[in-house]
Amino acid sequence: MSVAAGEIDAVRDAFHAAVLGGRRVLPAGGRTKPGLSTPPADDVATLDTSGLRGIVEYDPRELTMTALAGTPVAEVRDALAEHGQHLPFDPPLVAAGATLGGVVASGAAGPCALRHGGVRDFLIGVRFLDGTGTLVGGGGRVVKNAAGFDLPKLMVGSIGRLGVLVQLAFKVFPSPPRRTTVVIERDDLASALGTIARLGRGPIAVEAIELLPPTRATPASPSGPARLFIRADCSPETVAARVADVAGATPTEQLFGDEERALWDDASELRWAPEGHHLLRVPLTPAAVIPLDAALRGAAIAEGPAVAGGSDPSTLGTERRAAEPVVRYTLGANAAWVAWPGDQPLDRLDATLRELGLAAAHFSAPPAAAGQSTRPLLGAVPAHAFAQRIRAALDPNGRFPEE
Amino acid sequence: MPLTELLADLRAPELGLGDRVLTEGAALAAFGSDALAAFHQRPAAVVLAERAEEVVAVVRACHRESVPFVARGSGTSLSGGSLPLEGGVLIALNRMNRVLSVDPDARTAVVEPGAINLRISAAAAPHGLHYAPDPSSQSVCTIGGNLAFNSGGAHCLAHGMTSNHVLAIRAVLPDGTVVELGSRSTEHVGPDWTGMFVGSEGLFGIALEVTVRLIPIAEATHTALAVYDSLQSAGDAVAEIVAAGLLPVAMEIMDALAIEAAEASVRPGYPPGAALLIVELEGERSVVGADAVRLRELLRASGAATVQTTEDADERGLIWKGRKSAFSAVGWLAPDYIVQDGVVPRTRLGATLAEIDRLSAERGIRVANVFHAGDGNLHPLILFDGAEPGALERAEALGREILTLCIEAGGSVTGEHGIGVEKRDYLPLMFSPDEMALMHRLRTSVDPDELANRGKMLAVGEDVGPGAAASNAAASNAAATDAAARDTPAAS
Repeated sequence: MSVAAGEIDAVRDAFHAAVLGGRRVLPAGGRTKPGLSTPPADDVATLDTSGLRGIVEYDPRELTMTALAGTPVAEVRDALAEHGQHLPFDPPLVAAGATLGGVVASGAAGPCALRHGGVRDFLIGVRFLDGTGTLVGGGGRVVKNAAGFDLPKLMVGSIGRLGVLVQLAFKVFPSPPRRTTVVIERDDLASALGTIARLGRGPIAVEAIELLPPTRATPASPSGPARLFIRADCSPETVAARVADVAGATPTEQLFGDEERALWDDASELRWAPEGHHLLRVPLTPAAVIPLDAALRGAAIAEGPAVAGGSDPSTLGTERRAAEPVVRYTLGANAAWVAWPGDQPLDRLDATLRELGLAAAHFSAPPAAAGQSTRPLLGAVPAHAFAQRIRAALDPNGRFPEE
Repeated sequence: MPLTELLADLRAPELGLGDRVLTEGAALAAFGSDALAAFHQRPAAVVLAERAEEVVAVVRACHRESVPFVARGSGTSLSGGSLPLEGGVLIALNRMNRVLSVDPDARTAVVEPGAINLRISAAAAPHGLHYAPDPSSQSVCTIGGNLAFNSGGAHCLAHGMTSNHVLAIRAVLPDGTVVELGSRSTEHVGPDWTGMFVGSEGLFGIALEVTVRLIPIAEATHTALAVYDSLQSAGDAVAEIVAAGLLPVAMEIMDALAIEAAEASVRPGYPPGAALLIVELEGERSVVGADAVRLRELLRASGAATVQTTEDADERGLIWKGRKSAFSAVGWLAPDYIVQDGVVPRTRLGATLAEIDRLSAERGIRVANVFHAGDGNLHPLILFDGAEPGALERAEALGREILTLCIEAGGSVTGEHGIGVEKRDYLPLMFSPDEMALMHRLRTSVDPDELANRGKMLAVGEDVGPGAAASNAAASNAAATDAAARDTPAAS
C-alpha cells in the first residue's frame, strides 16, 4: 500500500474537495465507456482515478494479482503474459485504454469469458472510498475467502455509484496453450441457439461463442445466415470434427494464429459496432434472444425514415430503413451488444427493454446524440429494497449519483 | 410478552402451520446445535416450513414481535452458522428441498433452499450437467446453507465457490420484504446484488428460491495420488504444478494423521506416507491425456515416492470418499477436535505448515492436516480430549495461534466455513475499525433490529473495537467450555 499512499490520498482529497464544494462525485479512469462515466448532472464532478496506476503485487506462483484501480488493463495483460497467465474474464476495450477499475465498475466481461466466468468470478479483493470518503475494503488477496460481506462482488457493475475503486485483487489463470476458432452457419436464430445449447453441454472446452444474427437482404447484398464464432481450447487437428460431432453442423471455416487472435481482439474491442450508434450491453438468457431480436427490429422500424431505393426489386419485402440496430450475442447468448442508431430515440429502446424485462448498460453514445438521455442504465433496471438499503449504508449522504 | 404473542401468531389457523410449530423440549433438542457441536442453544420454537409463503409469514411475525430468528437446513455448519438463539425462532427449511426446474439450454437450475447439494447434480446429470461446488458434506448439506456461508469444496480451484454459481435469489429480507436479486443470465446490469447476498451468513435474510449455474460434466477425469516423505515437499509440488501452467480442478493434501484416520474409517486404500497429494484433471479427453503426462513428470520430478493414477469412476469415488470423510474420520483418533479453515497465499503454504507442525510439537497437541492445497485453504484438525481438564482451552489457544499465522501471512481466517459464532472475534483482526463499522452499517441498514441470525459474523449492537473483541472472545470461550462437557464432536 505504501507505494500508492500518495496517489490514494490525492484521490481522497479530491473527493472531499468536491463534496465540500457541494458537488456529487463520479469516478472515471480510461473513459472508454463514457456512457457510464460521464457526469449525469451539472452538480456531479468527475473524480479522475487514472493516477492510481501500477501493479501492487504479482507473484505468478500465487495465481493472483493486485493492482491500483486506475491501472490500464493492457499493462496488467502484458505483465501476466510474461508468465503465461491471463485474466480469464477477457476484459473488453483494452486497446482502447480501459482501466481495471472501469472494467470492474462496468461489470462487463469480454467475449472469451464463457468458459471460466465473468468479472465477478475473478475479483477477490477490493479497496474503495465509500460515500463518506473513508477508505475501506473487502475480500483480500487469497483465492478463497468467506470472511465478511462480499464487497468485491458488490462493486462489480456498480458503475462508480457505490464507491471509488482504489485497489483491486484478482485471481488469474494460466493462459490456454491451444486456441482455435471455427465458424458455423445456421439458417436462423432458433437453430443457432440450438447449436449453442448443444455446445454448452460439453465436452469441448469452449471459451467463446459469438452469435451474429442472420442478415437481411440490402440493395448491396443478399441475405445471410446466422453465424457462430466458436473459440475452443482444443487441439487444432480435431476441433472441426469435434465441433461438427457435438453441434451437428460442419464448420465452414477454421481460423488459427494471428488471424484467429485478431478476430477476438476485434470482438473484445467492439470494433464491429458501426459509427454513429449508441452501444449498449444487455444481459439475457438464450430464451430471450428471439424476442429481443424481433422487438429491436420492430422498434427501430416503427418510426424510421425510409431509404431511397426501396423500389429495387432485389429488396422487395425486406424494406430497409436508414439505420437499424446492429446486434450480436456474446458469451453463448448470455448477453447482447446492441448498437442503436444515433438518430433513433433511446427512449424507444428503453421501452422495448422494459417490455421484455431486460436491462442495459449504456456504454457509449455517438457524438451526434449529445443532449439525449445520459442515464447509464436503461430498461428494467433492478430496483428493490435490498439495493436501497445497501446503497444507504455505503453512501448515506448521497455523494454519488444514483443514475 | 413478545414470544407469547409470536407463538399465538404462528399458531394462527390461517397460517396453516399446525403441528409444524414445535415448542416442546424433546422436539427442540435435535435443533440445539449444528456441526459446531461445542455450542448449544435452546430455541423458543422451531417451525418446520414447507412453503416459501410460510417462511415469509414467520419472518414477518418475528419482525412484528421483535423476536430474532435463524434459518437452518441440515445443520452442517462448522462455524455455528445455524446455531439457534436462546428464546428465538428456528426456521427449518429441509422440507423445502425440491429441485424446481432444470433448464439444460440455459444451463441453470431453480431450487428450494432446503435442496441437498448433491441432489442438484443428480437432477442435472441426465443433461450432461452438474452443480460444481462440492463441500465434503454435499450428500447432506443444503443449498440455502451453502449460499449463506459461500461454501467451497475440493474443486474450487478451477470452478470457484458457491457465490460463483448462484445467479439469482428470491429472498425475504429481515422485515418480511420479498426481493428478487439477479437473473438467470450469467451477466448482470448494476451492482451484483446476488453476490452481495451470498455469504452474508443469514444476516440479510433468508433465500426462498435459488437459481444456480450448471456446468458440463467433464468428458475425461484423471486423478493422481502422489506420496511424499514430508508435507513440505507435497506443498512444493503444488507450487510446481501451478508454475508449470497446469490448471487442475483440485489439489488436496492429507498428512500422515489424516491418512491414518481415513484408513481407519472408510478404507480408501491410500498408499502409506508422510503426505498424500491428490491432483485431479478434467476436461476434453485429448487435453486431459496430454496434461496427465505432464502432471506425472512434474510429480516424479518433485520427489514423489510413488504416483498412482486412475481414470476409473469407482476408484476416483473411493479416493474422494477418503478425503471427504477425513473430518469425521478424525473422530477415530481422538474424542474431540476443532476444525479450522484458515487460508494463506499459496506460496506461504510450506512455511505455514512447518510452523503449525512446530507449534503442535511444542504444545504437545496433535494436529491432523487435510487441506485444499491448490487454494491455500488449510483445515488443521486440532485433536483433544474434552474430558481432560483444560484440554479444550489449550486446543483453542493453539487454534488462535494458527489463525493468527494465517492473518499475518496475508490470508483469511475462513476460506469456506464462514465466520459464524466460532470466528466472530477474529474478524476485527482482518478488517480495520472503519471496515468493521461499514459491515455493521450494512447489516443494520438491511436489518435495523438485527433479527436475522443475530450474533453470527458480527457482534450485536456494540462497538467493534479491539476491546470489544477481547471480551467477546472470553464470553464465547466460556460458553464453549461449558457446552463441550456434554456434547460429542460433529460427524459431518
